[in-house]
Amino acid sequence: MREAIVEGIGFWGSGLPDWDAACAWARAGQRPAQAPARPAPALLAANERRRAPATVAVALEAALAACEAAGREPTALPSVFASTHGEMSITDYMCATLASDPRAVSPTRFHNSVHNAAAGYWTIGTGAHAPATAISAGHGSFAQGLIEAMAQLAAGSEAVLLVAYDGPACGPLAEMAPSEGLLGVALVLSRVPCPGLPVLRMELAQHAGMDRGDAAGPLSRLLAGNAMQPALPLLEALALERGQVLLPAGADQWLRIDIGHG
Amino acid sequence: MTEASPPRLPPLNLLAYSATTALGAGLDAQRQALAQGRSGLRRNDFGSDPLDCWIGRVEGVEDVALPPALAGFACRNNALAWLALQQDGLTDALAGVVARHGARRVAVVMGTSTSAIGATEEAYARLSTDAEGMAHFPPELQRPRIHTPHALGDFVQATTGLQGPCVTVATACSSSAKVFAQAARLIHAGFADAALVGGVDTLCGSVLFGFHSLQLVASAPCQPFDARRSGLSLGEAGGYAVLERAGAGPATALQLRGYGESSDAHHMSAPHPQGLGARLAMEQALRSAGLEPAQLGYLNLHGTSTPANDSIEAAAVAALFPPSLHASSTKGWTGHTLGAAGIVESVFALLALSDGLLPGTLNSTVPDPACGPQIRFDNARADIGHAMNNSFGFGGNNCSLVFGKVE
Repeated sequence: MREAIVEGIGFWGSGLPDWDAACAWARAGQRPAQAPARPAPALLAANERRRAPATVAVALEAALAACEAAGREPTALPSVFASTHGEMSITDYMCATLASDPRAVSPTRFHNSVHNAAAGYWTIGTGAHAPATAISAGHGSFAQGLIEAMAQLAAGSEAVLLVAYDGPACGPLAEMAPSEGLLGVALVLSRVPCPGLPVLRMELAQHAGMDRGDAAGPLSRLLAGNAMQPALPLLEALALERGQVLLPAGADQWLRIDIGHG
Repeated sequence: MTEASPPRLPPLNLLAYSATTALGAGLDAQRQALAQGRSGLRRNDFGSDPLDCWIGRVEGVEDVALPPALAGFACRNNALAWLALQQDGLTDALAGVVARHGARRVAVVMGTSTSAIGATEEAYARLSTDAEGMAHFPPELQRPRIHTPHALGDFVQATTGLQGPCVTVATACSSSAKVFAQAARLIHAGFADAALVGGVDTLCGSVLFGFHSLQLVASAPCQPFDARRSGLSLGEAGGYAVLERAGAGPATALQLRGYGESSDAHHMSAPHPQGLGARLAMEQALRSAGLEPAQLGYLNLHGTSTPANDSIEAAAVAALFPPSLHASSTKGWTGHTLGAAGIVESVFALLALSDGLLPGTLNSTVPDPACGPQIRFDNARADIGHAMNNSFGFGGNNCSLVFGKVE
C-alpha cells in the first residue's frame, strides 16, 4: 500500500476548460456555454501557442494549473507524462509524408513526434532540470503513470507532477487508435501530510472478486471518447468526494485507490 | 535539485542480460566484434528508396517467425524483440524469478523511441479507399495493438507471461536507460520483486528520413568524437536485463548500483550548450551509487557522432572525471540504436565489467579539440569495479546508469 497527498489538480477537457468547470459539471451538471477548442498555455511563447501540437498544449495547461493549485514551483518537481497514443496528428503526418515524399519530412514535426514532446516542452518552458519521463501503457497508461509517480515518492522525491493526456485520432490511423477530443489531467502528489487535502492510498489488485464500483460518472460520460478516459473516475471521485476507485492498470490488473478527503 | 536526487540506491542483482545488434544476436557476437574492432555498419539497404548513408541493420529479423499464438503482434520491431529475448539465458532467468516471486510480482519495463511505427508506415503505403472515399489500412495490418507506442511492452508481456506492472518508456534515445531507473523504483516501492527491462527499436522511415531532415545523418560511417565527424549512423537493436532485489534470489556477479536522470531544459533536438543536463545525470548516478568519480573504470558515452553532442559530452566528462577514466562511444560498431541505445550500451558496460575489455571508439582517429584524455579511441584491457552508461534523448532527456562488480 502506497500513500500520497493530492496537493494540486489541473484539468482541461473539451468543453470543460479547467478544474472548476469539471467540478461544476460533475457536481451540478453545469458547463460553460462556450469553451475554446484548445488551451493556450501561458508557458509557450505567443507564436508557439497555436503551432504547438494540441496534446502538448493540453498537457502543459493542465500541468501548470496543478502546480499553481499546489503552490509548488514547477522547476522543483520531477515529472511523469503518460499518454496512450501521443500526438496522432504528427504520427499521421509522418506516415502520410513517408508514403508520398519521404525527403519532404519536416524537421520540426519530426522532433515533435517523440512521445516525450510534452515532457520536453514542459521542462524547457519551466526551466526545470528535474527528471522527466514519458510512458505509455495502453488502457493502463494513467494507472501506470500513477504507479511511477508513487514509486518516485517512495524513492525520495518530496513531490512529483503526474500529467496524463490524449488528443483526437487523425487520418487512417483513427480506426486503429480511436480517440476524440482533448483531455489533460495533472496531479501534484506529495509525501507531506497536510490537513484538508485528499490522500490517495493505492495497491495493485487482480480483477477477480473486485467490485468495479459505480457506472460511468458525469465526466466519464462527457469525455468517454478520449483515450485517456480511464483517468476520469479518479477525477470524479476527487470532485465528488467519493471513497474508492478502481482503475485499469493492464491485462487483468487494476489499481485500487482509497481516497481520504481531508 | 535535492528533491529530485535519488538517495543511495539499494543494489539490484543482474540475473541475465543480452543485446542483439548489427554485430549479431547475443553476448558472444557483441564480445567478438568489440574485441576485433569489426563494425556492424553497412551501406543503407533499408526500404525502397534508401538515403545515401550507413546503417546498423540486424541480420535475420525478416526470418523470425513468431509462435502462432503471438502472430497478431507480428511486425519488424516485435520480431527483433523476440529474437533478442531468446539469447543468453534470459528466459531461464525469468522462469527463476517467476518461481521465486510469482508472475504478478515481475514487472515489464521496456524502452523504445518509435515502437512498431514501421508497421504503421507500411499500412499508410498500402491504404485502400472505400466507396465513401475513406482510407483504410490493409486487412493484414488492421491490428490495433501494434499501432500504438505501448506495442513493445504489450508484446513482451504477452510473450513472457509476466503479470506485474507493464509499461513502455518512450523518452527518445534515453528510453531503455530509464527503464532501469523505473524498474529500480518499482521494486523499491514494493510494486514488484523483480523486473524484465530492456529496449527495442528498429529501422524505419520515420527515423531515417526524420534525422535526415535535421541534417544529422552522415553519408559515411559515423566517427564519434573525431574532429572530422559529420553526423550519426542509425542502427537497430534489442536487448534485455533481468533485475531482482538483492538478497531475494541467487547472488550475481554484477549489479545495478545507481542511476541519475535530468532534463536539459534547453531545446527539443539540440543539447544544452554547456552540457548541464549531462553533468547532472552523471553526478546523480555517482551519488546514488555512493561513488567518487575516480572510482569509475569505464564510461560508455552517448557519443552519437553529431557535431553538437560529442564536443559537449566530452567537455562534461572532462570537467567531472580524472584523466585516468576510459570513456568511449561504441556507436561506430552498432550505429545509434535510438530507444535501444540505453540497453545495448549498458550491456557493453556490463561486458567491460565481466570481461575486462574496455571498448575504444571505432572509426575515429583525430580527436575533437573538446576531447580530454578520458576519451579513448583504442580498446584496452583492465579489471574494473564500476562502469557507467550515458544515454541522452530529444527533449533534453538524460539518464546515466552505474553498474558494479560484486566484491
